[in-house]
Amino acid sequence: MAEVWDIYLWPLLWTAIKIVAIVLPVLLSVAYLTYAERKVIGAMQMRRGPNIVGPFGLLQPMADGLKLFLKETIIPSGANRVVFMIAPMLTFILALVAWAVIPFDQGMVLADINVGILYLFAISSLGVYGILMAGWASNSRYAFLGAIRSAAQMVSYEVSMGFIIITVLLCVGSLNLSDIVLAQKGMWFIIPLFPMAVIFFISTLAETNRHPFDMPEAEAELVAGYNVEYSAMGFALFFLGEYANMILMSAMTSILFLGGWLPPFDMVPFTLIPGPLWLAIKIAFCLFIFLWVRATFPRYRYDQLMRLGWKVFLPLSLAGVVVVAGVLVAFDLVPNAG
Amino acid sequence: MIEALAFYMFAAVTVASGVLVISARNPVHSVLFLILAFFNSAGLFVLLGAEFLAMILVVVYVGAVAVLFMFVVMMLDINFVEMRQGFLQYLPIGGVIGLILLVELAVVVGGWQLGPAISAAGVAATPDVAQVTNTQALGQLLYTHYIYLFQAAGMVLLVAMVGAIVLTHRKRTGVKKQVIADQLARRAEESVKLVKVDTGKGI
Repeated sequence: MAEVWDIYLWPLLWTAIKIVAIVLPVLLSVAYLTYAERKVIGAMQMRRGPNIVGPFGLLQPMADGLKLFLKETIIPSGANRVVFMIAPMLTFILALVAWAVIPFDQGMVLADINVGILYLFAISSLGVYGILMAGWASNSRYAFLGAIRSAAQMVSYEVSMGFIIITVLLCVGSLNLSDIVLAQKGMWFIIPLFPMAVIFFISTLAETNRHPFDMPEAEAELVAGYNVEYSAMGFALFFLGEYANMILMSAMTSILFLGGWLPPFDMVPFTLIPGPLWLAIKIAFCLFIFLWVRATFPRYRYDQLMRLGWKVFLPLSLAGVVVVAGVLVAFDLVPNAG
Repeated sequence: MIEALAFYMFAAVTVASGVLVISARNPVHSVLFLILAFFNSAGLFVLLGAEFLAMILVVVYVGAVAVLFMFVVMMLDINFVEMRQGFLQYLPIGGVIGLILLVELAVVVGGWQLGPAISAAGVAATPDVAQVTNTQALGQLLYTHYIYLFQAAGMVLLVAMVGAIVLTHRKRTGVKKQVIADQLARRAEESVKLVKVDTGKGI
């Protein structure tokens, strides 16, 4: 009996505890990201933002969640019921499972797999299915148009994201996320790879369907795009999934370019702050840019979006791969050579 | 034991969703089951220790190819009941092809079992998986040992791509296109004219 407990049950339970320890903070940050978004954009547009529920409006996300939870779930009669119900769950689950490989500190990671960055890339490329399924299953014109736009958009920007990840991998020599962070001990990759970092960040905006690339739910032309038929918890799951994806993409940017859990300088006042907190600060900084962009820029037109993806970012990131590889070989800087 | 359980789960779901791909009535459901099959095959790859292949399977097939499938299947308005009517007619040919593939697979696996020399020759081409990660092993194989073949395959793909574009691209007349360079080259002097209008006269 004790053997069964030691070999099978305890590792299972321990993993479950670790998963909860990751998912709970993520969900809490998702809730407060919605609050932060309204406060930040409010401040930028000289409004107050939520300030009624609780002190400084701090309980607003809870109130919103409760409201959505208590609403009636409506399934359109023409909808494909099963796919309609699966779509929001898929979006939400995919936004959470990716956190399994994010390293929060040296050795502080749920699954330290060799191909961590590929796993992240794979999971983020699956996000399109939730939207595509929702758009198709709703059996509605607007939802379908939103889904189709989303599919084309996410596939296009993934290509340049892949090439930018390759430039980072060339500098690291490993696909393991912890190795990627440790390779930035001397200098964060944002300094040598600055143009790539900028293109990567803009691509993540497109990948998460955020402003100014929020074509799939452009409310001015498509009402609300793919989620127009969803109500109550279905809608809430899409909403949470989108914000969880934003946090995930910020984490990815922090790990690839901003040195993950590493402090900016390896000296005393900076090293006193623990690693996970550094990562959180960097993620918060990226998220602030997400919100800042939303408050500042108008929405792209769809053909402009496609032009930017295929005719500007793709050649630039491809050139980036060639230049970075060339420089590494010419100056004999290739990691793990031989 | 856990590995065996995981294997049977992945294998069972792969086979079941494979059957559902060809038997589902709704083509969109077929594509969704195809995605499920891809996903579970990726799980099988992970169990084999081929994590790089597993991730690439998800990135390429699930993340890109199946999205395009889905895109096309959702937009096309095909009468799928009509398409199914030839099913019995094509069954013999399909069955024969399936049988040939089965026999060939049996010959390959049987060859490995009967002649250890054959399987040794197959394994020798790859570096020992226990010593290098399989990303490195694949990289050495593709980009070092077989670089010319790899480049040749790339050229074939490029030619195929150019061919597909040439064959399907047609010049349409009367299409308005945004030319960014023209827009940026415009100056206020050539596009705006200020006119002093006298009262009561108009232009």
